[in-house]
Amino acid sequence: MLEIKDLHACINGKEILKGINLTVNAGEIHALMGQNGAGKSTLSNVLVGNPAYEVTHGSVTFNGKDLLAMKPEERAHEGLFLSFQQPVEIPGVSMVNFMRAAVNAKRKYKGLEPMGAGDFLKMMREKRKIVELDSKLANRSVNEGFSGGEKKRNEIFQMAMLEPTLSILDETDSGLDVDALRIVAEGFNKLRTPETSALVITHYQRLLDYLKPDVVHVLMDGRIVKTGGPDLAVEIEKRGFDWIKAEAEAD
Amino acid sequence: MKSEQQYIDLFTANRSLIDRGGAEIMNACREKALADFARQGFPSQKVERYKYTDVNAAFAPDYGVNLSRLEFAVNPYEAFRCDVPNLSTSLYFVVNDTFWEKSLPTATLPEGVAVCSLRQAAEAFPAQVAECYARLARTEKDSINALNTMLVQDGLFVYVPKGVAVERTIQIVNLLRADVDLMVNRRVLVVLEDGAQARLLFCDHAMDDRDFLTTQVVEVFAGENSNLELYELEETHVKNRRFSNMYVDLQRGSAVSLYNFTLHNGLTRNRTDVTLSGEGAEVGLYGGVIADKEQRVDNNTLIDHRAGHCTSRQLYKYVMDGRSVGAFAGRVLVRHGAQHTVSEERNANLCATSEARMYAQPMLEIYADDVKCSHGSTVGQLNEQALFYMQQRGISREEAQMLLKFAFAGEVIDAIVLEALRDRLRHLVEKRFRGELSRCSGCGLCK
Ligand SMILES: Nc1ncnc2c1ncn2[C@@H]1O[C@H](COP(=O)(O)OP(=O)(O)OP(=O)(O)O)[C@@H](O)[C@H]1O
Ligand SMILES: [Mg+2]
Repeated sequence: MLEIKDLHACINGKEILKGINLTVNAGEIHALMGQNGAGKSTLSNVLVGNPAYEVTHGSVTFNGKDLLAMKPEERAHEGLFLSFQQPVEIPGVSMVNFMRAAVNAKRKYKGLEPMGAGDFLKMMREKRKIVELDSKLANRSVNEGFSGGEKKRNEIFQMAMLEPTLSILDETDSGLDVDALRIVAEGFNKLRTPETSALVITHYQRLLDYLKPDVVHVLMDGRIVKTGGPDLAVEIEKRGFDWIKAEAEAD
Repeated sequence: MKSEQQYIDLFTANRSLIDRGGAEIMNACREKALADFARQGFPSQKVERYKYTDVNAAFAPDYGVNLSRLEFAVNPYEAFRCDVPNLSTSLYFVVNDTFWEKSLPTATLPEGVAVCSLRQAAEAFPAQVAECYARLARTEKDSINALNTMLVQDGLFVYVPKGVAVERTIQIVNLLRADVDLMVNRRVLVVLEDGAQARLLFCDHAMDDRDFLTTQVVEVFAGENSNLELYELEETHVKNRRFSNMYVDLQRGSAVSLYNFTLHNGLTRNRTDVTLSGEGAEVGLYGGVIADKEQRVDNNTLIDHRAGHCTSRQLYKYVMDGRSVGAFAGRVLVRHGAQHTVSEERNANLCATSEARMYAQPMLEIYADDVKCSHGSTVGQLNEQALFYMQQRGISREEAQMLLKFAFAGEVIDAIVLEALRDRLRHLVEKRFRGELSRCSGCGLCK
């Protein structure tokens, strides 16, 4: 589904990603861990086409297509979704209008008619329930004045609305309280199908307990230095990253 | 003194023709207006109030002036399709400067209320017109006022007698219609006596693909405890040049809300000059501008707090695209003795391209000590992070830009009290941002 080969990327002329290789197959969940500043968010931003980042080398294919050649919105239409580490507030744009524009843009891309107002609102209601998003939030401007946790919940609500095939969750767990984390993680699991995959960036085991990743990667200074099974995340929780760093340096 | 001379020559050569088409009171004011115009000439851009608009250039071309008052062939109802759904108005037309007697609304106005030609009003309401005409729009200090007063022959009169409330919105559609390039000089007098209430909606359209130059002078008198909402909506084309000077006097306890939206235009300069004469009066000025291409919009306001316990609010928002140029200069003057004044002035602007320009100048002068005043102005660009966030959700960059612009303009649209008009304006603004309003929705050109 997603194949990243020797990916290098810069921001403001500074190289952050220094040769990423990663393959995610349909139905798999990959966890991506690593210390602050390792380049995890950079990788997610590069994948969704944030123009602030420049790809200097390498390739990414998504369902056989050249992902890097697509506009950000095309990547979304093709099924890529990013739950942002820091969701943006958009004052004056209501959640309803925002979601309607997004849903209908994708439908247009797929050659479908725009959704009728009634059907759309019904869909909003149903998807809201999955992550237990308060109807008051759904009636406000996008993320405006939302608490940190509410913003994260809203990201997964949007994911539910857009039904992506590959979701990147960039620290969706940070900011969520214990109950909210459970609700959001269970919501995420409800949305899973054998065809959907995810790249889950997190610092903690707790989210992974719910999502049960198939593969765990460790990113360090712009490279994936270690890949393992679910146990790797447990070990990192206990021991931190120093031993991985030592291993990597010894290589 | 080049562009001035042609107007002086026009006036001297056609004086009797002009007088024949005008009312006596108009004719009585012409000599002084001529002297004032000749003395001042058009303001150069060195004059503070006209810093952002090149008046000389706008008045230099040779326009036709319909001094002999030939009637143009027009059926306003057919030409005009910019209805406001869910809003039943008393609909009147003014073609160029002529009140259109042939199409009057069927619904009658309350007893004593008048909406009619200013020229006729001078005969039907001699006392009111004589007392108000040219009282606020002085010719000594503004040459557009002087020129308008020199040449004007007709326009509109709105009169609401003491204590009368007009429930139904009075809608006036100003149509510009000509087979040659045309200069129009229009005069509007709005008189609300004590306790009167009314809502006026002016819609400006240009029907022909001609160069138009309009001078419009509006004088509004709001009597004690009267209540007025006045909306202006310009939807003309790029060959239109509009110079509008509006003077508003508020007596004790009156409340006036003025809204001005420039949706599509060529060159527009709106001067709004408000005097709070009586205690406890409240005025609100709300302006929305959407410009692109080479369009120019200059809003220039003065709010003169002469009496205490008055409130003034100003909110002007501009969305500038393409190579458009916008200006907002708002001066609030709180005079000595105008205690307990509350004044808010806010101007926020969005430049969506790097070529669009905005000049913003809020000014506050306070000569009283017990007042609450604020003023501020911002110029910003579209938020790149928000644009990208929306793109990540599948929304195209163009659509995302549209949503941000619409959100920005939304604040001033929300200030509209009248719900049906608010909805209509949202619709028009959205169409405008989508490029579906490249000229105007009501004019003959777009059918
Ligand atoms: N605009 C920028 N200019 C220069 N350096 C930047 C810029 N943005 C990010 N960086 C740097 O890129 C590196 C990688 O940042 P990134 O956000 O990808 O880290 P991360 O792995 O997501 O960290 P965290 O766990 O804290 O979220 C950091 O050192 C950061 O300081
Ligand atoms: Mg990060």
